[in-house]
Amino acid sequence: MQIKPILAALRKHRIATVLIAMEIALACAVLCNACFLIATRLQLTQVNSGVDESALAVLKVSGFDMDKPGDLNARMVAGLRAVPGVQSASVVNTVSFGEQGGNAGITLDRAGKQQGGVVGFYTGGPGSFEALGLQLVSGRAPQADDFQPMAAFVPNDSQVIVSRTLAEHLWPGQDPLGKEFWCDTYHFRVVGVVAHMARPGTGEGGTGTIEWSVFVPAQPGPNLAGTYLLRADPKDLSRVLRDAKAAVAKIAPDMVLDHGASRTIGDLRSDYFRQDRVMAGMLVGVITALLLVTALGIVGLASFWVQQRRRQIGIRRAIGATRGDILRYFQIENFLIVTSGIALGMLLAYALNLVLMQHYELPRLPLYYLPVGALMLWALGQLAVLGPALRAAAVPPVVATRSV
Amino acid sequence: MLAYYLDLALRSLKRNKMLTALMVLAIAVGIGASMTTLTVMHLLSGDPLPGRSQHLFYPQVDPSPDPNPRHQPFDMMDYRSAMDLWSAHRADRQALIARATLKLRAPEVSQPPLMVRTLATTTDFFPMFDAPFRYGQGWNADDDAQRARVAVISDDLNRKLFGGADSVGRTLRLKDSDVRIVGVLAPWRPSPVFYDVAGGRFSNGDTASFYGKPEDVLMPFNTGQDVNADGFDVFTCWSTGGSKQLQSSPCVWVSLWVQLDSAAKVREYAGFLAGYSTQQKTLGRFVHADNTKLHSLMQWLDFNRVVPSDVRLQAWLAFAFLAICLFNTVGLLLAKFLRRAGEIGVRRALGATRRAVFAQCLVEAGLLGLLGGVGGWLLTMVGLWLISRQPVEYADLAHLDASMFVTTFVLAVVVSLLAGALPALRASRVAPGLQLKTL
Repeated sequence: MQIKPILAALRKHRIATVLIAMEIALACAVLCNACFLIATRLQLTQVNSGVDESALAVLKVSGFDMDKPGDLNARMVAGLRAVPGVQSASVVNTVSFGEQGGNAGITLDRAGKQQGGVVGFYTGGPGSFEALGLQLVSGRAPQADDFQPMAAFVPNDSQVIVSRTLAEHLWPGQDPLGKEFWCDTYHFRVVGVVAHMARPGTGEGGTGTIEWSVFVPAQPGPNLAGTYLLRADPKDLSRVLRDAKAAVAKIAPDMVLDHGASRTIGDLRSDYFRQDRVMAGMLVGVITALLLVTALGIVGLASFWVQQRRRQIGIRRAIGATRGDILRYFQIENFLIVTSGIALGMLLAYALNLVLMQHYELPRLPLYYLPVGALMLWALGQLAVLGPALRAAAVPPVVATRSV
Repeated sequence: MLAYYLDLALRSLKRNKMLTALMVLAIAVGIGASMTTLTVMHLLSGDPLPGRSQHLFYPQVDPSPDPNPRHQPFDMMDYRSAMDLWSAHRADRQALIARATLKLRAPEVSQPPLMVRTLATTTDFFPMFDAPFRYGQGWNADDDAQRARVAVISDDLNRKLFGGADSVGRTLRLKDSDVRIVGVLAPWRPSPVFYDVAGGRFSNGDTASFYGKPEDVLMPFNTGQDVNADGFDVFTCWSTGGSKQLQSSPCVWVSLWVQLDSAAKVREYAGFLAGYSTQQKTLGRFVHADNTKLHSLMQWLDFNRVVPSDVRLQAWLAFAFLAICLFNTVGLLLAKFLRRAGEIGVRRALGATRRAVFAQCLVEAGLLGLLGGVGGWLLTMVGLWLISRQPVEYADLAHLDASMFVTTFVLAVVVSLLAGALPALRASRVAPGLQLKTL
């Protein structure tokens, strides 16, 4: 099949050709970036929190002075442990996907010169570390005397557990055990590293810092009260949480149960990512509509061309072209147009990605999205043109003899 | 003439129903998608106080000891700076604001205690922000000075506690203190809750929470200090040491809004702010003397990038989509007009000018746009309905107002005329002789 006559024919329809090519180019740019957005959103929802989500729930009460919780923690922990099915109850400041706990910038030296980034702090009372089910990869779990009383944010001097991601960020290539860091005057020493530990919310650095978190063992008391971590058999969990909520009215009748924050971690997780899922769903809808519209455009124009060229097709058939030749002619023509559109579209996709990177903290578009997008558009073009091309191939040679 | 063209256009559209339907659908989907997102953008980025916002300003000073000269002032103020600026009474109106969540009981109704979001502010808050009253009224300057135990409650809370009845004179127990209700607000839903906006640039574009509801209980600023002492929401602290008492702590937690009615007063106030900052540096309390800001309300909202980034992303996406629909329509219209080259040739041969052919084609494109606009309007309604069912703070705001309704049709017709211009031009260039020969 010669390409030259096809190009010559396209030159006669310059505007229509350019239009379709432009449409393909725009579609290519939007398609690549939208797919990439979907992938980043979905990847975000896959974050590994590092805790036994299916076995954990959180219960929150408010209506007391954070500075003077009195015997609230003792009453609550004892009361919650008495709820049938509760395997453990402990005091925490927050949980994964729960309310923002402590976010603070840390430094790697006492003077506060060497910044370490803004990290998320979990503070937890005795029993909470075991209950969370965090998987230690080196070092040790907090021991009884690591749980020190705290006055404000965290204890003044604590032995902490960090996530592997944070350890690699702070001390790349070094053994993190025994390393120290500071937050203002608070001092921390790393005694353990866990495989995964996601912070309650994304930090200032965007999604890349989701695992920058620290677990600080602390004695429940002022500023560590009111939020309780429950562990139960995953099968029983929702029943246990319901009973525990009901029990609060007896354990602490003077407190206000925070219904919105008292959930299983699974529910909190699903809520946390709802917006991302909605956005991903919307993007899928847009892509579908986009491909559909593009295909319709190709079908419309190809049909027009087929009708316009009926006589020429008849003549070609009359002088020996097979049906296959005619079919291939339209297929190759479409391939050429789509290819030029894709070439332009790749540049556009890249430019669009640069704009998105600037405004939405999106990473760079991985290059393999471009050939995948191109393949999709080629396939779409061929599918769309198939109908009109088959109709063209069905034009009988006798058309050539009708009307001059 | 227009009637004739419309008749021709209708005939032409009826001739190939499939192609017409495709074009109308393409325009409708494109318009529906872009108008849905545009309406949300319009609702979220609009002026929350039209007519007044240009007179409202948000002063900032920088009490941070951070020596970095590029340090931005904090989004709120420490107690002392805010009180100093407020007490100077240099503005036409001014309101201090601090927020807290407190336990509330209503001794006269038997309901379990609940946690409510409260605002401690000063008397000018209500006239300055146009807060509408259903019953009673706000407190006055004397109540502010005498730390009167009074409160204004929201319509929501009034419904929840008192079934919407006039509750002025009733008592609420906030934490451990009793306050008397002096006013009940009518339903009030500024979007965003502009006076609470702060910290937007640190939220990674996730700013939907700015579009929640206003606080349920408002009380005089000093009363708030008595009722709640150190329990106010703190924006941030520049040091963890220092006093345990919030009022003397190294923390920022108070905002100040001022109303300045003329450009001269704005200049004067900016000067006053700079003077205050310099004076505080002389006193040794500030490090940055020249780091003051006086954003206007809309500037402050822009600075905080209040429109959630997802919403902006959706709008961009929708317009890219509209562009593709536009290209598509251009292609289809081109096919449609040129298919009628013979007919056009006859018209030209019978004396129609190029201009007349061009106009006729444009009328047809415009009619398509109008049909697409109707479809787009329906799809926009569906889109907004879908958004109103999303679990986002601004869901209940989603509706199509008159201006956006008109915009839908204007956009549809403009888009289709744009799409029709090139094909119409090509059609008007058809050489009549050539066409007649082939008939």
